[in-house]
Amino acid sequence: MRALWGAMTPRGKALLAILVVALLLAPLAVNRYLLSVLTLILYFVYVGQAWNLMMGYAGQLSLGHALYVGLGGYVSAALWVHFGIGPWLGVFPAVAVGAAFGAAIGWLGFRFGIEGVYFALLTIAFAEFTRIGFDHISFTGGAGGLFIPYEEKRLGEWWNLRGGQPFFYYVAFLMAAAGVVIAALLSRARIGFQWLAVREDEIAARALGINTFRAKMKAVLVSSGMTAVGGVFYAFYNNSLFPAQVFDIGRSIELILAPIVGGLGTIFGPVIGAFILTPLGEILITAIDRIGINAPGVKAVFYGLLLMIIISVVPNGVWPWIVQRFALVKRQP
Amino acid sequence: MWSIYLNVVTQGVLTGLVYGLMALGLSVIFGVVRVVNFAHGEFAVIAMYAAFILFKAYGLDPLIAAAPIALAFFAVGFVLQMVLINSFVSRPEHEQFILLVGLAIIITNALLMIFGPDAQPTNLPYAFDSYLVGPLIIDKVRVYAATAAVAVSAALFAFFRRTRTGAAIRACADNLIGAAVVGLNVKRLYALTFGLGLACVGAAGGLMVTIADATPSLGPAYTLLAFTIVIIGGLGSMSGALVGGVLIGVSEALAGFVIAPSMKSMFSFALLIAVLVLRPQGLMGKKKA
Amino acid sequence: MTQLLSVVDISKRFRGLVAVDKASFALDEGDIFAVIGPNGAGKTTLFNMIAGMLAPDEGTITFCGQRIDGMPADAVCRLGIGRTFQIVRPFPSLSVEDNVTIGALLHRSDVGAARSYARDVLAKLDLFDKRAVTASALTLPNRKRLEVARALATDPKLLLLDEVMAGLVPTETDRMVEILRGLNRDMGVTILLIEHVMRAVMALAGKVLVLHHGAAIAQGPPQEVVRDPRVIKSYLGAEVAL
Repeated sequence: MRALWGAMTPRGKALLAILVVALLLAPLAVNRYLLSVLTLILYFVYVGQAWNLMMGYAGQLSLGHALYVGLGGYVSAALWVHFGIGPWLGVFPAVAVGAAFGAAIGWLGFRFGIEGVYFALLTIAFAEFTRIGFDHISFTGGAGGLFIPYEEKRLGEWWNLRGGQPFFYYVAFLMAAAGVVIAALLSRARIGFQWLAVREDEIAARALGINTFRAKMKAVLVSSGMTAVGGVFYAFYNNSLFPAQVFDIGRSIELILAPIVGGLGTIFGPVIGAFILTPLGEILITAIDRIGINAPGVKAVFYGLLLMIIISVVPNGVWPWIVQRFALVKRQP
Repeated sequence: MWSIYLNVVTQGVLTGLVYGLMALGLSVIFGVVRVVNFAHGEFAVIAMYAAFILFKAYGLDPLIAAAPIALAFFAVGFVLQMVLINSFVSRPEHEQFILLVGLAIIITNALLMIFGPDAQPTNLPYAFDSYLVGPLIIDKVRVYAATAAVAVSAALFAFFRRTRTGAAIRACADNLIGAAVVGLNVKRLYALTFGLGLACVGAAGGLMVTIADATPSLGPAYTLLAFTIVIIGGLGSMSGALVGGVLIGVSEALAGFVIAPSMKSMFSFALLIAVLVLRPQGLMGKKKA
Repeated sequence: MTQLLSVVDISKRFRGLVAVDKASFALDEGDIFAVIGPNGAGKTTLFNMIAGMLAPDEGTITFCGQRIDGMPADAVCRLGIGRTFQIVRPFPSLSVEDNVTIGALLHRSDVGAARSYARDVLAKLDLFDKRAVTASALTLPNRKRLEVARALATDPKLLLLDEVMAGLVPTETDRMVEILRGLNRDMGVTILLIEHVMRAVMALAGKVLVLHHGAAIAQGPPQEVVRDPRVIKSYLGAEVAL
């Protein structure tokens, strides 16, 4: 942790400190709507960070991360609805199930040498397979959805993850902060370097004694487990889960936008990406509402355009560009 | 009892041939340009809406409309490759993917804004006509669509085997540096290929309208379907795309009949996972050296 | 002298074509051993079998008393065999220092310790000043050095060098020879190298193996080998001026 702090320039430290304080004080200053937008941003920071570990660092393209969100959400919600087991306890089986699916996909993919586009397709296939499967599991409500009852008397039961908007905001803040710290620590540890080696050149990595299969498995396990925690938050924040919604490929894509726009394989890429994309989307919706057009697809069209422009113009993301431009991290000595 | 199954299988084969034509486009593009067209299904849906409009506004039969649509799609593909995708050919896979996913998102949601989320039935006058062959009751529309799909595929095969341009494109796919060295205009050949790939999908989309109702949400589903077919058949193998299409068509039809229509694509995905793991080069693909 | 590596009768065929044909040789600890031969003689195939990238069809490879033929590349490296690639494979978007740090992390779990060791290794290979440069921006001679530095950082007992002198000008070759000698002398690293540059082979190697069409046709001290008529006929006479 101290090393992370030490790697930043005074200007970078100051900006980070201001950001953290501002986020901590935000609920005092902003209205409920803005707080919900901030909550969404922080949620995307967290899941983006989880996906970035696998793609940005270890170079394994997953297009099915909605699978882990959905599994985490469904496991914790089902435990709560059917057995009254609270999410602080339910998060453990949620992570276990998410990571088990991650392990299955990783094992199949890496053992049989399925790479790149093929691996991405394998992840999509699993997510779609699971989506259709959940449509037919009556225990979790099938296609009709699983609902967590909204009970006035339970508001404030933080130990059951029940509360109002400010409460969920702080939960999201903690998750995002933890996500950033975990990603930073892992990327600076031995395993982080092994991931980079695998991403850059797998044959060379093996020639340096790295068991690339194990390194990739670790990446998929950490990433899927972390994402499943995001799913628990998603379930209890939204109070409802529908297979067609949570497992949709659109969800998987939404979740990877922030790290790509911000900068793959960087710690602050997913942060800056989420802070750019989510508000832009919200502003757009508001603007369209004001004009009086009722077009549900506008936001997505805008996202699509933004993706195409960003990948054409700044393919490495916004963050590396900012770092260079404003000197926020110390240059390598 | 067995005649019912035979009917279901026949129907699956016919639908599968149209799927196969769509997947053929994806396979050709990947086989030559080495870019995965993640907006493939979305283009198919554009073609469906085009055929739908031509039918509603001008009474043009989709089976005929498929031809001009394919032609228009060829032009679109050619231009798209020239102005956008050529600069991405040598970039990392995930960058190509993001570019095309961006395009796919735009297409699906633009269609959603224009046409709304509801399925648009074409209501062809002969939609419910059928041929009676022994115990079989075969929908006429499926027979027409499948025949047309086979004809287009055959034309494409002939183009690659018999013409100089086709041979040049195959040379690019086999040995890019060699092709450039002997003076082939690779960029133009790539654009031709992308155009041909989209022409396939345009024709397939036009034909598809006769057997399925157009709706924007079909886009991602068809992209996945085309992928599944191509991987099952073997990426880059043209005959594999048709075989894969028939296989998926039959498995969907059987699963939809035996288990539940809503679970039919689950079997396609299960098949895909099995093929990826057991025979990653696909059923008709060549093993990597 | 204890025996470090012993290769006995290994063969490898690719679709009926014999790439390596019953080659045998042995290295003692502290040796510098060169494998020479014309292009297509099977040198790199031989290397890839020792390094675990290919499994031999026949024969055995023993390293430190342990059979390693058919072992995966990463396991071979962990046992103490470092290698370079003929066509260099740096981690392109990482800095030179990070490239070498990854190698140093094999036997060090602390990143700080690995980093400082990586710097020592970089200094030995005249790359210290370039440590912050992105690997893809290096010149070819520097990439070759980086390749050696990265393999060396894994603390190998045996270093396999695949044509690290190719493409270097004579002064750079001499410097590389000096560096390799230093590694051998000061760190006790045994070196097995494939080399075309005879100037380097003559200066470095204590023993030479000549491969021709996959078969070992001569073996011995370099001065003797280059006088062997079969060697001159098959290889030296045609290509190399001493």
